[in-house]
Amino acid sequence: MTQQDVSEVSVHINDTAVTVEQGTTLLQAARLAGVEIPTLCWAENLTPVNACRLCVVEQEGTRALIPSCSRLCEDGIRVETDSDRVRHSRRMILEFLASTNDLSQSAELQEWAESYQIDLDRYISPEKNNDEVKIEDDLFVRAYDRCVLCYKCVEACGDDAQHSFAIAIAGRGFDARVSTEYEVELPESACVYCGNCVGVCPTNALQFKVEFDLRESDEWRPEDQSTTETICSYCGVGCSLELHTQNNQIFKVTSPSDHSVTSGHLCIKGRFGWQYVHAPKYEPSKKS
Amino acid sequence: MADLQFSDARADDEEIGAIDSLVGEPAVMRQGERLVRGGLSRRRASRHLLLPGLHLLQNSKGWISPGGLNYLAEVLQVPPAEAYGVASFYDLFETEEPSQPGPRHRVCVDPSCAVAGSAELILELREAGCQVHESPCLGQCDRAPAMFIQELGKPDNVPADADGLVHRQQGSPALRLLKRFGVTDPSDLDSYRSHGGYNALNLALDMGPEAVLDQLTASGLSGRGGAGFPTGRKWRSVAAATSESKHIVANADESEPGTFKDRLILENDPFAVIEAMTIAGVTTGSRHGWVYIRGEYPLATERLTRAIESARASGLLGTNIAGSNHSFDIEIRRGAGAYICGEETALFNSIEGRRGEPRNKPPFPTTSGLFGEPTVINNPETLINVLEILDRGVDEYRALGTDLSPGTKLFCVSGHVGSPGLYETPFGTPLGQLLEMAGGVTGSLQSILMGGAAGRFVGPEMLDLPLTLEDAAARDTTLGSGAITVFSTEVDMGNIVRRLAKFFRDESCGQCVPCRIGTTRQHEVLLQITDKGPDAAQRQLLDDISAVMSDASICGLGHTAASAVQSALDLGLLQADMS
Repeated sequence: MTQQDVSEVSVHINDTAVTVEQGTTLLQAARLAGVEIPTLCWAENLTPVNACRLCVVEQEGTRALIPSCSRLCEDGIRVETDSDRVRHSRRMILEFLASTNDLSQSAELQEWAESYQIDLDRYISPEKNNDEVKIEDDLFVRAYDRCVLCYKCVEACGDDAQHSFAIAIAGRGFDARVSTEYEVELPESACVYCGNCVGVCPTNALQFKVEFDLRESDEWRPEDQSTTETICSYCGVGCSLELHTQNNQIFKVTSPSDHSVTSGHLCIKGRFGWQYVHAPKYEPSKKS
Repeated sequence: MADLQFSDARADDEEIGAIDSLVGEPAVMRQGERLVRGGLSRRRASRHLLLPGLHLLQNSKGWISPGGLNYLAEVLQVPPAEAYGVASFYDLFETEEPSQPGPRHRVCVDPSCAVAGSAELILELREAGCQVHESPCLGQCDRAPAMFIQELGKPDNVPADADGLVHRQQGSPALRLLKRFGVTDPSDLDSYRSHGGYNALNLALDMGPEAVLDQLTASGLSGRGGAGFPTGRKWRSVAAATSESKHIVANADESEPGTFKDRLILENDPFAVIEAMTIAGVTTGSRHGWVYIRGEYPLATERLTRAIESARASGLLGTNIAGSNHSFDIEIRRGAGAYICGEETALFNSIEGRRGEPRNKPPFPTTSGLFGEPTVINNPETLINVLEILDRGVDEYRALGTDLSPGTKLFCVSGHVGSPGLYETPFGTPLGQLLEMAGGVTGSLQSILMGGAAGRFVGPEMLDLPLTLEDAAARDTTLGSGAITVFSTEVDMGNIVRRLAKFFRDESCGQCVPCRIGTTRQHEVLLQITDKGPDAAQRQLLDDISAVMSDASICGLGHTAASAVQSALDLGLLQADMS
């Protein structure tokens, strides 16, 4: 788009006028204005699916709340991002998720659950997602009891990044789930183990096997963890890597989602091909 | 699109034969010796055959096997995981091999059939060794309890269709929309033409699109599916759209419990729907017509299919229709058991071979509908009103009804009335008078469900309600799709309300959190309520669930999933009257 094609629109967010380029979403406009809106299924490197509804805001003159992550700013509209109705919807959505899934490994969701004051005691024996963890290989595990169906992994596997289409949503309603065809194991499916699904998962339903093992054996020590940035050594593309380590043991590899080369997505080599780092140092045998 | 990867499962000859018959021999992907793998355009070009293909596989084998799915997915170039996601979305498709062979009896357990004894029918069938599945409303509330049978290699079957059709109002001069019911032969184009058929199309061709749109707007016609959007405005938006390709879709996926009008229209007057769609086509400049019809309506599908063929044979569909320079043709798509596919954008996704999950609006169908192109979507009742408007002229059309609700309305009356059935009456007729037309309440009236599961319960004090959109809104109820379900004091309303909550729990597509989990939690709380009614905490929780579903869900299903429950609570219907 050339400069003269860009037209501007003005919106009111919580009584503050914000002027943005046409095509800006309400979420982007709110963030420009310094207003925080929680999001779960939204990510900057994926197409919005509007499924979680945490980002809803109230637009003056509109009956239902609207999803700010995908709704474009229209000139002159006024939205409230923290009205009673908005807070109620967010609180209920967080109650619904917490009453269904294990959210213990999502710091963000736990924080919101507290700030929106959810009350789980009022749900008497709610049906939960108790899926058993799927361990099918040494690279990553799928713990769908944590899965909130945000669609991020499906998008990353499909049109938004990898174009493998190994997983999709199957079933319907409360029984909807992320699945390969007929739930075949990942090695039998179209999965290429890029791990981009793991990279976008917000609840740790998908996690590296190393991390899973550390947690299972009660050796998970956040205080001993650090992140090291580096460049992938395999090919000439130059993907930026973040190596997450605990006591010098790599347990996860990510790439920044705003990185110009990767948009946060990697291939199997960058994501999982780091075992050589931990290989015993090769000592050439000395001639005696 | 990347090369697709398939498991080793292979289709058998029957499955291959079924799919090849769908795409034509040889399978579309073969060009010479080469297997052509298409790009995005090919994928879009053929993916809309996924749903018909799944129907064929289900019918040829009794379930969708991994081999059959692989073959279909490869022919259409759809990733197998996505094809499985689509197959597992619909009630009429099995993705596991049935443990028990033989026909599958689906018996409706929704309100009209429940009060007519569906539980006893299920018991009876089970005792006879039949395989029985409890089903949501089958759209046969006028002859409850309803049943639908799927059987290997045989056409889907509604046993009641063999008994002939029940017409409460035979064609009479006082009727407009039902005037040809029982009078013309629905399989005979000449019979249709000799009763005014195709007069409206000729008028439309003579007067031109602008005049048709003006008449439609002046008539005040609004959509009869429940939302009541002005039809003239919808058509005008699509007429004004500059797209090369536009679509006319007839939404005949009526699945609202208690509703069966579109089934009866398609069974008794299929040419009327075809003619009205053709008028929509020439008026908006759209060449492609689609009828999305409930999978549970085999007779309507058969009659419509035959009517389309004979209209095509007479030059009334195809190129240069009726000698004009317009082209228009119609394809049928059968649904496969999913209430949500009656939601217009879910319906588009279903036709396109995707899961029937609603899209966010905006963009609206008039700008981005089927295949992302401008689309008019109306239900059959709305469409056949267009014929009346053009035939009679706006003034005569508006002579019946009220200023804000002109014309007549079809009501599906069922439950505890003497003569359940379809009734046409001018807008403004009092509710009590409609019930009298339907043979009066049998027993003592307890409550009436207006507009089906997505509607609201009202008490006997509403019998004076004039049946118009404006009066319904003013008195906090709805006409919805025109379903009126009557309950006498013999009915335990707790059972009915819990069933409606279960209906939404089963029918939520699962896409958005408020509806996916909200419908489940709502049903759970209702199961916990004692016959004293809800305590304060339970009522608070139900209200909280209702608010988030209504405020934050993506589509109309979630928005209305608590509506009937809330109205029942307000009327005190969940307190058992022990006196």
